[in-house]
Amino acid sequence: MTELPLVLTVFVACAVEAVEALTIVLAAGLTREWRSTFQGMGVALVVLAAVIAIVGPALTLIPLQPLRLVVGALLAVFGLQWLRKAVLRASGYKELHDETGIYARQVAAAEAAGTSRRGWVHDWYAFTLSFKGVLLEGLEVVFIALTFGASQHSIGWAAVGATAAVVVVTVVGIAVRAPLARVPENSMKFAVGVMLTSFGVFWAAEGAGVAWPGNDAALLIIVPATLLAGLGYVTVLRRARQAAAAPVAVAVASGGHGPGPVRPEEER
Amino acid sequence: MRRLRAFGAFWYDFVIGDDWRGAAVVAAAIAATAALVAAGVNAWWLLPVSALAALGWSLRRATAGKN
Repeated sequence: MTELPLVLTVFVACAVEAVEALTIVLAAGLTREWRSTFQGMGVALVVLAAVIAIVGPALTLIPLQPLRLVVGALLAVFGLQWLRKAVLRASGYKELHDETGIYARQVAAAEAAGTSRRGWVHDWYAFTLSFKGVLLEGLEVVFIALTFGASQHSIGWAAVGATAAVVVVTVVGIAVRAPLARVPENSMKFAVGVMLTSFGVFWAAEGAGVAWPGNDAALLIIVPATLLAGLGYVTVLRRARQAAAAPVAVAVASGGHGPGPVRPEEER
Repeated sequence: MRRLRAFGAFWYDFVIGDDWRGAAVVAAAIAATAALVAAGVNAWWLLPVSALAALGWSLRRATAGKN
């Protein structure tokens, strides 16, 4: 199979996570101070590099079939989680990821926090905010890049996709100096959820001993089928919301009381 | 012990997330696929169908009672 789907999937997934990390780093840097923010980011990147250095080579030593079974299962579960959230957001049952809102909340919290110095870190709050943001978002990047890359024996290509995404988002972030609110995050997460679920299902089944009809070409059916199913769920849920909202609108127009807006799930 | 529990909770939330049932369906489908393959049935269809059904089930649970 060509490396293009691998690179593109890792690129898009990593770009989404990099945008989220950028929001946190900008909030810490612009509100508190850049030195401690960069220190936190640097330490997080060292931890992520250590994870890659340990787990990456270890994954390449595992035989392909058991690797695909385990990695495929993890990717399928992980991908279904992404797809579930993206469908709920697209259909209005969950709030869209709002980088501007998240940035405003982070800035307010950063401005309210006191300053304390610990060792070589001048501003501990900026350091920990930046460290946690980069580490948590980075772990998702590492997880996707390593599992995707290892299952195709192309960790190098996965690294190319991940690095390119981080570089692009960093360059745009430096140029804009604001959260990248215009990035269509939910559409990107939807696409990544479709790819992770499809590849996860493909590899897990292969790891379980299945011979796919058409071998790798089966992905040309699995990916569009997963996409269609996801879009179908969005349509069904949107219609259900509209159908439920219609009697409420009539009741409100005639002076009655409706049940109120749907409370979206908590933002994670 | 507390840190170990927090570590486990982090990875559980990281991989499995809000609804463990989806992960349980995928695990059961993989086991069933392996069993069918061992019995001589090339059950390539089982996992994709189960995964998409699990997604639908999970979405239904997440949206039930919210309209």
